[in-house]
Amino acid sequence: MTSLTIPELRQKLSSGAVKSREVVDQLAARVAAVDPQLKAYLHVDADKSRTEADKADVSLPLGGVPIAIKDVINVKGDPCTCASKILQGYVAPYDATVITKLREAGAVFFGRTNMDEFAMGSSTENSSWGATRNPWDLERIPGGSSGGSAAAVGGHEAFAALGTDTGGSIRQPAALCSCVGLKPTYGRVSRYGLVAFASSLDQIGTFTKTTEEAALLLEIIAGYDPRDNTSIDRPVPKYTAALGQGVKGLKLGVPKEYFIEGIDPEVEKAVRAAIDEYKRQGAEIVEVSLPHTKYAVAVYYIIATAECSANLARFDGVRYGKRAENAKDVLDMYGRTRAEGFGAEVKRRIILGTYVLSSGYYDAYYNRAQKVRRMIAHDFRQAFKQCNALLTPTSPTAAFKLGERTQDPLQMYLADIFTIAVNLAGICGVSIPCGFTSNKLPIGLQIIGPKWGEETMLRVAHAYEQATPWHKEKPPL
Amino acid sequence: MADTPSESIDVTYVADLARLRLSPEEIATFQKQLGDVLGYVSQLKEVDVSQVSLLGEADLKNRLRADALQPSLTAAEALANAPAQDNNLFVVPRIIE
Repeated sequence: MTSLTIPELRQKLSSGAVKSREVVDQLAARVAAVDPQLKAYLHVDADKSRTEADKADVSLPLGGVPIAIKDVINVKGDPCTCASKILQGYVAPYDATVITKLREAGAVFFGRTNMDEFAMGSSTENSSWGATRNPWDLERIPGGSSGGSAAAVGGHEAFAALGTDTGGSIRQPAALCSCVGLKPTYGRVSRYGLVAFASSLDQIGTFTKTTEEAALLLEIIAGYDPRDNTSIDRPVPKYTAALGQGVKGLKLGVPKEYFIEGIDPEVEKAVRAAIDEYKRQGAEIVEVSLPHTKYAVAVYYIIATAECSANLARFDGVRYGKRAENAKDVLDMYGRTRAEGFGAEVKRRIILGTYVLSSGYYDAYYNRAQKVRRMIAHDFRQAFKQCNALLTPTSPTAAFKLGERTQDPLQMYLADIFTIAVNLAGICGVSIPCGFTSNKLPIGLQIIGPKWGEETMLRVAHAYEQATPWHKEKPPL
Repeated sequence: MADTPSESIDVTYVADLARLRLSPEEIATFQKQLGDVLGYVSQLKEVDVSQVSLLGEADLKNRLRADALQPSLTAAEALANAPAQDNNLFVVPRIIE
């Protein structure tokens, strides 16, 4: 049953063929069977989910459907640790706006998914509670930072999950676990109740098995929220209505800078084959250029770390979370609380971010990075004058092995080379399954849309999905 | 004060600014790793940014709301996660002797 899509599940629930409580039971059984190996979840309270399921109104758009939530989004009464020791024991006192919206649509909350600590990482190895594994190969990473959400959906122990994407943290793990991972336009979805990492980049999005489900969930979670001043007051289209129109008459751009040395030949082959499929379906393929692509990772690691150094200042042992014991004064308490509470990658980024904002270096690093960021955004605006959406690989390689990159932060950062620019430009992107390597590891195709271009982007994703079998393949687990 | 960025970073000094107490081992490891990262980001120096202004077009103007009372957390809810509290207040170690 846990392999059903949401529309299939909805049909069973609304016809009365199955009760929401039984769905929770099935999920709990699947988690008990596979999660000891997969480690996608940090916390499951099946009884709480069963209570919610008993009250669910199955006539609602998500009535009785369980959704897993990345451990960075507040759900009232649940833990929200951000996979960090510094938030051990924290209980969310309120619902994030996305949670309120899902609740109003009838959803049931099932489980908190693992992640890199404070969403900093590309492999979910930076979790304080242990790494998540890839459902297609347990020796490999699921991607990150939303690796728990990706592994849960890819491993069929969640119907759908929420994640967050600051530099690729939804799209890259979705590609590596063979799911659909959607990062909406900056401002499309409220971030009230999301623990902030880099506020000019963070966006909440979805993990699903299919594009239709991504469209359905986006319809529900999108929209202006007076509690998030960066959310934009624009009508929310009916994204599901945009699907099924095919790609005839659309122009799809292929940025030449995304097919570079270092890309795995099997990944390139699968993405080129996807481009050919679009051609076969009647899309016009145009080559475009995004000349500042190669600077995106450098810009990102200045801006994201600068913002994180400010955002994570709030973890000081005063209002919530852990506090170091026997401090001799308040500065000692801050310094030791943060030293004991944060893991290595979070400390590294706080140091780097503090450095690039410090006196004497601000102009050379931070201001320069902001200017190059504007040039990257300009590149995309120019490209979208020639096409409706862009086609690229999501990740330069399939899933790598655990431990392979943990000693070399720079190599880890390069895992996001194809996803980061989308966040810097504030536009939208989705990763969909587009094949497997010879040793059966998933490969993702990234479709990038302009600001507010989700309808066309999802229409393009859906057209490929309908013509290909990849999203139907089941992991060996 | 250096006008040009160095590619080495004084981790001890910056950690103090960030209120992070690091071990000598962490300082040594970060010194090396962050030196590599700074070396990588220094490629931004080759970009001509002279024609780019720092501030771009924004999607938003300042948003103001009525200064009216809204439903909010109670004091007890806001304090529920505090490591130490007393009399509806957060308690911290003594700051002033």
